Amino acid sequence: MSSMPRRAFLKAGGALVIGFNVTGFSFAQEAPGSLNRPPVAGPPDQKLIDTWIAIHADNTATVFVGFVELGQGASTALLQIAADELDLDMSQVSSVRLDTHLTPNQGATVSSASIDRGGPQIRAAAAEARQALLIMASQRLGAPVEQLRVAKGIVSVAGAATRSTTYGDLLGDRRFNVPFTGSAPQKPVGQYTIVGTSVPRRDLPDKVRGTYTYVQDVRLPGMLHGRVVRPRGQGSYADGAKVVAVDAASIADIPGARVVRQRDFVGIVATNEWDAVRAARQLKVTWNLPASLSGDADLFDRMRASKTTDTVISERGDVAASLAGAAHTVRATYRAPYQAHAPFGPSCAVVDATADPARVLCSSQSVYGTRDKIAAVLGVPAARVRVEYYEGAGCFGRSCYDDAAQAAAIMSKEVGRPVRMQFMRADEHGWDNYGPPHLADVRAGVDAAGKIVGYEYQGWQHVWSTIETSQQLALGTPAAESADGTSRNLNKVTLGSMYDIPNLRLVNHRVPGVDGYLKASNLRSPLDLSFAFASEQTIDELARMAGIDPVEFRRRNVVDPRWLGVLDAVTRAANWTPRTAAPGAVRSRDANTATGRGVALGTHLVSYGAAVADIRVNRKTGEIVATHLYGALDAGLAVNPAFVENQISGQLIQAASRMLKEEVRFTGTGVTSLDWNSYPILRFAEHPDVTTIVVQRPDERSTGAGEEILAAAAAAIANAFFDATGKRLRQFPLTPTRVMAALRA
Amino acid sequence: MTITVNEKPRTVRSAPDTPLLYVLTDELQVQGPRFGCGLSQCGSCSVLVNGVETRSCVTPVSRVEGKSVTTLEGLPAFYAGKEKLAQTPALHPLQQAVIDEQALQCGYCYNGMIVKGVELLSKTPHPTDTQIRAAMDGHLCRCGTYPRMMKAIQRAARAMSGGVK
Repeated sequence: MSSMPRRAFLKAGGALVIGFNVTGFSFAQEAPGSLNRPPVAGPPDQKLIDTWIAIHADNTATVFVGFVELGQGASTALLQIAADELDLDMSQVSSVRLDTHLTPNQGATVSSASIDRGGPQIRAAAAEARQALLIMASQRLGAPVEQLRVAKGIVSVAGAATRSTTYGDLLGDRRFNVPFTGSAPQKPVGQYTIVGTSVPRRDLPDKVRGTYTYVQDVRLPGMLHGRVVRPRGQGSYADGAKVVAVDAASIADIPGARVVRQRDFVGIVATNEWDAVRAARQLKVTWNLPASLSGDADLFDRMRASKTTDTVISERGDVAASLAGAAHTVRATYRAPYQAHAPFGPSCAVVDATADPARVLCSSQSVYGTRDKIAAVLGVPAARVRVEYYEGAGCFGRSCYDDAAQAAAIMSKEVGRPVRMQFMRADEHGWDNYGPPHLADVRAGVDAAGKIVGYEYQGWQHVWSTIETSQQLALGTPAAESADGTSRNLNKVTLGSMYDIPNLRLVNHRVPGVDGYLKASNLRSPLDLSFAFASEQTIDELARMAGIDPVEFRRRNVVDPRWLGVLDAVTRAANWTPRTAAPGAVRSRDANTATGRGVALGTHLVSYGAAVADIRVNRKTGEIVATHLYGALDAGLAVNPAFVENQISGQLIQAASRMLKEEVRFTGTGVTSLDWNSYPILRFAEHPDVTTIVVQRPDERSTGAGEEILAAAAAAIANAFFDATGKRLRQFPLTPTRVMAALRA
Repeated sequence: MTITVNEKPRTVRSAPDTPLLYVLTDELQVQGPRFGCGLSQCGSCSVLVNGVETRSCVTPVSRVEGKSVTTLEGLPAFYAGKEKLAQTPALHPLQQAVIDEQALQCGYCYNGMIVKGVELLSKTPHPTDTQIRAAMDGHLCRCGTYPRMMKAIQRAARAMSGGVK
């Protein structure tokens, strides 16, 4: 492909049609001025400033960001960092669509890394770009760098404002050609004017008008619509799904549709989307579906009985001896289900496998990761695949986006046309890489003074599936799992690290996920809800046994002023009063209703979260309503406090949903949670009021905020149930059936 | 077949049993309504049909023949018509309130939320919290934006009655 128009897209109605030959940048508003660089198979050289920053003749800058917008505001917040360091206004900076032929590889947008890891990179690059610009200005203006001042990209000599130039004049659309060493001096925090302020989200106006281009809106000329045909609900990951027979005649009455088949991969393509949808529904495929799952009822027995790989994650002191001498001890088993990512809009991708490089327009947490997965199914080197990012519905971890992109690629290659493939609801719910289940045995003890003396946590879970279903079906690639690692083993940050515990032992029992389990991967704050559900109920029980208010108990035992800070902030906001009365004592006027209040601490890998939950329990129906959730988060210097508030708010709601509602149900042969009725989530009428508190720490480095309050909020709900009823629920979700069983016990 | 979309008559070629959603997005290239479940469970495909919130994913296009379909794109004009404004504003007051409250995260559910919210405000200009919760209950959100959407509806109600924003 040569001499392409740099931008060749046209708007028809409201849908975006992207020309076949576009290799440049699809959106004028995202790339002011010329970027002065051809698309080249990336990642571009991270050691060059030009990889990160471009300065345009109109005195604006493009910042090449390697993190994706997922609705969390990262695309705006990272620009705040760059603008501050470059001495530009927010109106003078913009970013471009993530693209493997253009943007740097900053790693995947996971683990709350955008600000935590990406922020310092962007800041360092901006500082070094500014330094290079000042050296040029020094020569142009005949004044030493130390005497130069910058505002809005205008460089002037101190005390002689008429002697000035601009970034645009100095470099306008030419390259820096200077190395990125990371050594340029950066502004002290006290001089930030944009970081730490709540500038509005950049993506919102287009989203509100309906002009934002989600991946589901992307169309290519000449493309076909594709749908996959799979059993309704996945079976065991290792077994996959095997085709016995495909009856192509069963869709003969839909002339526009045709079957695409590669081994056990079956799909439909059609010119008309509705034809593809109904043909996929109507096509008769006979599957071999072995009954090799446990079914959800027997899941935890299977996990406990499985041949695990055991690792001691942390050990200090002597837990057994400490418990023998403790004033009070507790011991319990906890269970947590598979939960689904269930993005609100099913995964979608548009792929043109006939282009070179193959074009992949998709949603992803890592365009470079997706590129490798597409290369695998197309059988080409990664450099011959170009992945461009379009936002989809919030994915909350590795949902089906790569699976969908692979499916589109397989179909496009097979039919020699671009294919837009979108999952149906049952595909998304039924073929997810679910958040894995968890089983925990916990024991702990406290001394007479209310000091935690010993704590042991043994946890069982399987790790993450690495081979996507489309590849498994089309190539026969065997199921495989990721190596152990952070977020896949017990999380020692969530499990007890906030408390000063002299004797502690964490044992990880890795369950083989290829031995009769579902596919799994990282679901927002991976496994932390499960860990906190068990751990923070254990702490709560110790407090109750010691006769100490749960907040006061935590105050006595926390190790770090930052944990204390969030605990104080949230309990102040909630107007916490000591809970020393017998649990279940507080009743509302209605005898069938019990109200309760709980507190908990938690995080993911960084940041500090604390939550208070107010709940109402209907003793007759077993229904729990979360009435008010409070969350306080310390994520260091919050780059944009309003975004952090929005993240806290969303996490409080999602925590209520996951704690009260969500569970993937399955039989021996497959998943039966295939839509919003069979996999209910928290509804509008059920949502709690929320109070969000950002504990701003200007002198601490900025850390993640996208998943650090879920665990605390979830555990606070569980503790509130005990406060309301005097009973413990040790398996979630806290469904009416489980509540009634606990109340009867 | 001719259907009226955002006050313009549009001739469509799709088969009569085609769900309205596919006609809007594929044939008429309207971007507001979006596929979410295809089962009338989530609300992301909602449009107004003669002012009534309707799930376009399960509504055959033949059923809206001769009726007036309003999508997200047509909400400002729908509002101007109802309020007999001389000029169509750039945004419906509820859209402005959603920006003012920074209510969205991924924004995929927003189409249904805004269409339902506009329907609510057109019938009940001063909804109570209980009325908002009841009206919006058929619209799911995965990011957890319910509290902010609630505030946006309250704010829009105030703005539409000429109160303090």
